[in-house]
Amino acid sequence: MATEETSNIVVQPADKAKIKKLWMTAGYLGIITAAEFAIAFSLPYTMHDLKVAIFIAMTIVKAFYIVAEFMHLKHEVKVLIWSILIPMIFVVWLLIALVYEGAAIHEVRPQ
Amino acid sequence: MSTSTATTVATASKRGLWDGGQSPLKASYGKLMMWFFLLSDAFTFSALLIAYGLVRSAHTAFTADPETFLFSQEYWPIPEKVFEAFPGMHALGIDSAPLVFVGLMTFILIMSSVTMVLAVEAGHRMDKAAVTKWMLWTLLGGLTFLGCQAWEWAHFIHGVPMDGFNAEGNEIIGASLTENQYGPKSFAGFFFFITGFHGTHVFSGVLLNFLIFYNTVTGVYERRGHYEMVEKVGLYWHFVDLVWVFVFTFFYLV
Repeated sequence: MATEETSNIVVQPADKAKIKKLWMTAGYLGIITAAEFAIAFSLPYTMHDLKVAIFIAMTIVKAFYIVAEFMHLKHEVKVLIWSILIPMIFVVWLLIALVYEGAAIHEVRPQ
Repeated sequence: MSTSTATTVATASKRGLWDGGQSPLKASYGKLMMWFFLLSDAFTFSALLIAYGLVRSAHTAFTADPETFLFSQEYWPIPEKVFEAFPGMHALGIDSAPLVFVGLMTFILIMSSVTMVLAVEAGHRMDKAAVTKWMLWTLLGGLTFLGCQAWEWAHFIHGVPMDGFNAEGNEIIGASLTENQYGPKSFAGFFFFITGFHGTHVFSGVLLNFLIFYNTVTGVYERRGHYEMVEKVGLYWHFVDLVWVFVFTFFYLV
């Protein structure tokens, strides 16, 4: 009975180009992570702020690949893309506000 | 009668995108709800990581040469000096492997994200065998990650024997919620909370993935005629990977 129900299912052939693109995306993510390692242990500790800036930039690139390709958001309708991205403004605000606040706490705290 | 029908048809064709009768976002209800749930979950994780940023910047930073670093309650630890163990490294005669283990965990999670997206792709083609295969790999990746995290936690809690004392002359080994050998009290608290909250997400992701795997094998989706559930749970699984990318940067690298 079950086989009768499912016998008319047609399995489409795999799209090689699409699958290759997915593996390429994974490759980029791997390469960026490896590059982060290289930077963490090759730049001198005196350039800490530069390192942090590079790490944040690379993290955003990785996040872009995951959200755009793996989660397919890049290929969705524009309204959906913006509905997800615009609320992220709150995160940026909170980050700036609280890290600034933390530095202020450090200033006034007795050491 | 015929006139009114003609009017209705005419109005319908002039309807705007948002006037009903069609889906403006070109996505199903379930998928949209998953997206908005993930948005709210992103806020939760952002709040945790930003709170870490606040507390960390409220503490004194260690700015001298990392070679001279000693664990101390006075300043925030350098992550690469805390997370430098790898299972079995002492047997191989290696003293420290900074961030290598956590790098491996990142790699495992990225790989399981690829296998998940391949399962989604196979689902679009109604290829039951391929969905089954890729879901199995995804499950394996998720379970391996959880195992790695269990080891990481165990190591963090048990601690490493120091050559006597930390910078203050205390001899605390390991970590609990009240004190830890690595740095200020809140350092261990944030470690447990952030990686723990993420680990809980991985755990529930593995459960959902298993459910999808089970339903695929028993032919539930084939009878339903589509594999959209794989896509929805896939979104959740990629989100877990996405969060780890941020945890990796802000907890382990910076």
